[in-house]
Amino acid sequence: MDPAATWHRLHPLSPVIRAGRVFIGAALVFAGTLLPGSNSTHSGAITRVVIGVVVIAFGMVSWLVTRWRVEGKDLRIETGLIRRSSLRFPLPQIQAIDVVRPVLARMFGLAELRLRMGGATAGSARLAYLTASHADTVRAQLLALARGVQPEADESPERVLVRLPTGRLIGSLVLGSPTVTVLVMAGAIASATALSPRATVGILSSTFAIAIGAITVFWRRLNGAYNLTVAEAHDGLRVRSGLLDTTAETIPSGRVQAVRMVEPLLWRPLGWCRLEVDVAGRQHRGGENNPERRQLRAVLPVGSHQEAESLLARILPDAPRERTRPPSRALWKAPLRYHNLSWGHNERCAVTTTGRLARITSWVPLTKVQSLRLVQGPAQRALRLATIYLDTAGHSVHAAIRDRDASEAREQLGELTVLCRAARAAPSSKGVANA
Amino acid sequence: MRDTGTTSAEQEEVWLRPSPRLGIMRRVEVFGVTGLAVAIVLMVNAVGLLAGAPVNLGTAVLLIVGIALAGFLIDRWAQRRVSAWAYCEREDDLLVRRGVLVSRLSVIPYGRMQFIDVVAGPIERAFSLATVRMHTAAASSDARIPGLAQTEAARLRDHLAQLGEARAAGL
Repeated sequence: MDPAATWHRLHPLSPVIRAGRVFIGAALVFAGTLLPGSNSTHSGAITRVVIGVVVIAFGMVSWLVTRWRVEGKDLRIETGLIRRSSLRFPLPQIQAIDVVRPVLARMFGLAELRLRMGGATAGSARLAYLTASHADTVRAQLLALARGVQPEADESPERVLVRLPTGRLIGSLVLGSPTVTVLVMAGAIASATALSPRATVGILSSTFAIAIGAITVFWRRLNGAYNLTVAEAHDGLRVRSGLLDTTAETIPSGRVQAVRMVEPLLWRPLGWCRLEVDVAGRQHRGGENNPERRQLRAVLPVGSHQEAESLLARILPDAPRERTRPPSRALWKAPLRYHNLSWGHNERCAVTTTGRLARITSWVPLTKVQSLRLVQGPAQRALRLATIYLDTAGHSVHAAIRDRDASEAREQLGELTVLCRAARAAPSSKGVANA
Repeated sequence: MRDTGTTSAEQEEVWLRPSPRLGIMRRVEVFGVTGLAVAIVLMVNAVGLLAGAPVNLGTAVLLIVGIALAGFLIDRWAQRRVSAWAYCEREDDLLVRRGVLVSRLSVIPYGRMQFIDVVAGPIERAFSLATVRMHTAAASSDARIPGLAQTEAARLRDHLAQLGEARAAGL
């Protein structure tokens, strides 16, 4: 695919797959009305067929008018029949590229390419659907163009860092919040039934919705992390996962804004933790059928501490070693968090720990700090404490150096400002987090 | 947090304040709302008296006194807030200090500013003031400076935009 090429169309089966998802949803909804049978007449069936045809026709029109190509350093996508829109996505601002394959697309050998953009043109570009091999080629070429090099003919093999065994995944889901919800509900139902047996039916029907919610969360987590493989390649970090809908995500080197490790209470006895990586980009609310479109990507949904440490060493090689605790008077202000609070830094990276039940550790490379804030609330002023916030472009990791001594915090603010400036001026080239 | 706030020992920092018209504007706002509330109470009671409904003058007076007192207290707090707002243009970054109960100090490097907004609502425009808002790639950067004279707001915006472009660091 030569950059000065002609326009490309998406795969002809794309409208069918897009419509297919709508149909499955509609079929589930209409299944209820079809079953009783007495009200479904010929006209009802014809209406549904007409609606189906109209949906497919719309899809075909949309497919016909959509085209894309790479122009220089931009990806350009034109779409729309009545209101034409021409979108331009500058490739150097790519934050991550996903190759998403919902189950319908997998059946036909297709894949969707999603680019997550950062900077002022935050948003996402979607090319749905291309053949799977074409999608891989396009992905490699876009990443190479983003870095400003020629696409390589044969890539160096990727180095697998972590593979998630299914048994551990199931174990972690069992010990997660959906199970807790279900247990609490079961307890509530049991006690309510014991008190008044006649109310059982009412209680059961109202808790049905909660049960469905818990099952959805369970399924989504299972699908999102099944067979997860994290590999390091020349163009960044590659994360592949999925049971029915598979996702292959590439986070280019230098786009990691922050890293977070979460150790929930239920996993502490087993020594498990979760490592998440934050990427810049606008928050996007996907539909129910979309795989999770968070900016926070769990590169290790559940793993032991050693695995997390080794993965962290590949992503952020200069993590600081030592941390200091806050002064003991911080116990008055944050009694539940106090035992988890700490922070540390070196010239390239800052780490903070916080959390009430779960312990949350956040690493922020100093090159990625957008702004710093020193905040002192009234309780903190009485206790001569202050908090420093390190703002990053990611949405989910909030690195906060909480409840330090006020004068120490002021000094550290000055020092961190100087360090951030030096880090921005001289970025290192090691590790996935540093460009 | 209330001292001159020298965060770097070497430089002497010059803290600039919003225009004094901001204090007047806040006072007008607070007393405007208070006056409106008192007027409503008076009108309700007057209408009640005229219509012959039983009106408890005692509670009306108490209500008016309460509203006036609240107005005075809020005005005091608003004035303190205005005087606590300050900003300092250093060599590589901008410092913004604000807040009375929760005092905040933001440090925004020029190279990190994505864009700068100058906004003026109708009341601000009546006093020839404007608010300058700095945006970075982080959603939680919240630095803004209200009540700047319009010439000062324009100067600050142009200065920041020029410095931001010169030192832009990649995302």
